[in-house]
Amino acid sequence: MNKNEVENNNTKSPMGDLGGKTLFDKIWDAHVVSAVENGPTQLYIDRHFCHEVTSPQAFNGLRARGLKVFRPEKTTLTADHNTPTINQDQPVKDPVSKNQLDTFSKNAAEFELPLFFPLGHIKNGVVHIIGPENGFTHPGATIVCGDSHTSTHGAFGAIAFGIGTSEVEMVLATQCVLQSRPKTMRITFNGKLNKGVTAKDLALYMISKLTTGGATGYFVEYAGEAIRNLSMEERMTVCNLSIEMGARGGMIAPDQTTFDYVNGREFAPKGAEWDKALAYWKTLKTDEGAKFDKEIAFDAADIQPMITYGTNPGMGMGIQDTIPTLSDIDEAGRISFQKSLDYMGFQPGEKLVGKSVDYVFLGSCTNGRIEDFRVFANYVKGKKKADNVVAWLVPGSWMVEKQIREEGLYDIITEAGFELRQPGCSACLAMNDDKVPAGKYAVSTSNRNFEGRQGPGARTILAGPLVAAAAAITGKITDPRV
Amino acid sequence: MEKFITLTSSVVPLPIENVDTDQIIPARFLKATNKDGFGDNLFADWRYSKDGSPKADFVLNNTTYSGSILVAGKNFGSGSSREHAAWAIAGYGFKVVVSSFFADIFRNNALNNGVLPVVVSPEFLAEVFACVVADSKTSLTIDLKGQTVTNNATGKSETFEINVYKKECLLNGLDDIDYLLSKKEQIEQFEKTR
Ligand code: SF4
Repeated sequence: MNKNEVENNNTKSPMGDLGGKTLFDKIWDAHVVSAVENGPTQLYIDRHFCHEVTSPQAFNGLRARGLKVFRPEKTTLTADHNTPTINQDQPVKDPVSKNQLDTFSKNAAEFELPLFFPLGHIKNGVVHIIGPENGFTHPGATIVCGDSHTSTHGAFGAIAFGIGTSEVEMVLATQCVLQSRPKTMRITFNGKLNKGVTAKDLALYMISKLTTGGATGYFVEYAGEAIRNLSMEERMTVCNLSIEMGARGGMIAPDQTTFDYVNGREFAPKGAEWDKALAYWKTLKTDEGAKFDKEIAFDAADIQPMITYGTNPGMGMGIQDTIPTLSDIDEAGRISFQKSLDYMGFQPGEKLVGKSVDYVFLGSCTNGRIEDFRVFANYVKGKKKADNVVAWLVPGSWMVEKQIREEGLYDIITEAGFELRQPGCSACLAMNDDKVPAGKYAVSTSNRNFEGRQGPGARTILAGPLVAAAAAITGKITDPRV
Repeated sequence: MEKFITLTSSVVPLPIENVDTDQIIPARFLKATNKDGFGDNLFADWRYSKDGSPKADFVLNNTTYSGSILVAGKNFGSGSSREHAAWAIAGYGFKVVVSSFFADIFRNNALNNGVLPVVVSPEFLAEVFACVVADSKTSLTIDLKGQTVTNNATGKSETFEINVYKKECLLNGLDDIDYLLSKKEQIEQFEKTR
């Protein structure tokens, strides 16, 4: 066990802990409709996000049972996973993708869902980006979507988690899901982040310490000075990656940063409703003395810019470090470790700085927000893109795209030799044409470096927007601080 | 959903850790609008070469191994929430996945599709792999009522955990939606209290 880890074995009394409630407990308890005897909790869902890939079978299920959508105004729909990032005004070429998008539109119409943002709509974009920016995501809410990175919305102090298609059907039919109550974990980042270290680096560092299964069964609350100092965009990056260590979700208690972000957005509460909501939101923090099932603490100052070297997000290291050697790995894990390095074409014990890069992807619900483009533009300003690099710069939404132009970032990146594509998930899961060819190396700001994630045979190196910018300029894995 | 009570079957071994959902069913196969045919693309990138021909060294292409139980290394099903992964496993004909550790969302998705995830100790798992290497006809017996898994090569048994409610659902072939739909009134009551 990590030296900073404390396991709490004293089980909570059924009467609630005398020490008070955690943020998670407060929100969960406020949404319990009923509890199945000896089974899961029936949880009421405040906001359901829906996209074209994990929903068609759920709508088929409703049809087969002759059901309507129970609360149509509580579902927000956007097409993002299987959409092109160029020529969105033209018909989608791939007939199978087109069928999926058309099915999505038909379902939204047939089931009379008012909050439908199809391809080309001004509010269209990656589901976890358009939710917060339009004010659908609130503190204290329960939020689900058929996508594991729904954890992103936890940045607002919400319980947000990914669900499967059967559960999408349950939410559409009843606005509820059945969930077992997860255990709670608090991860505290003490002190301040170093210069040149982004929220993505913080998250990759944490996942490299906990491994991809290290938080399975837990809901995580992030705390500490380094977390408090993060902007909303950065908090979303951290919560987004909770799932990569197996957690059900991650959350950060709302504070003035949160309230300022939500205030005034289109679907945020207004007037007296706002005052009422705000008063409640201010109570949403973990009480002093509340017990977590597990506590972990890190020193923010220990974190360096990070990259991954293997085929899961837990295989990360400081950019100047060397890949572990076989003797560093548990015996049971050596076959998988070696398989992973063979896939990547790397050697145990190797340093990666200076390695040539073929592709750079800036985007996804992890790093496709306006701040990520600011960081990228700030670095590439006055420089030129490396000739050996193909760069895909994909804004998370049309709103981000608009802001990129308004803030003058568009001019900076185009002068540096980059093009801006149209919003969508793009190379994050490579369902569309944005696929990295087999054997090629991509420095990617997305969230998964699984085998084939960015295309069959593609080799993904996960990193933050700053490391991605440095790679795009030098054509190599480069420490952005030097 | 089909009922699940007991099952005795030979197994297909996949002794790899952290098998993620992108391996179980790669994203490019997620364009379908129904649940059919995913079994054909289960583990597609490990199973087929670029030209679509089967890769001889992958276990699903090795006729020595067969059965409706998949035995996999630690942390099976991590990654995306795509239920297509569970449809692919079920579609191929697996009724049980045995591992020493499962990712949360996959476990739920499997249960919602009548596939039983069985968690065993690392020692039990290692022994199953060893037995299958020695004799490919090694079988396991899963008894859901008694919550036991038995390695018939050694006679060793372990109990496994399953939520009481989920167990009832599987034994009776019921799903969660039926349950939630029966609670409509309570849901409306709950909405009024907010
Ligand atoms: S950007 Fe990637 S992780 Fe995010 S919603 Fe799209 S596919 Fe999922």
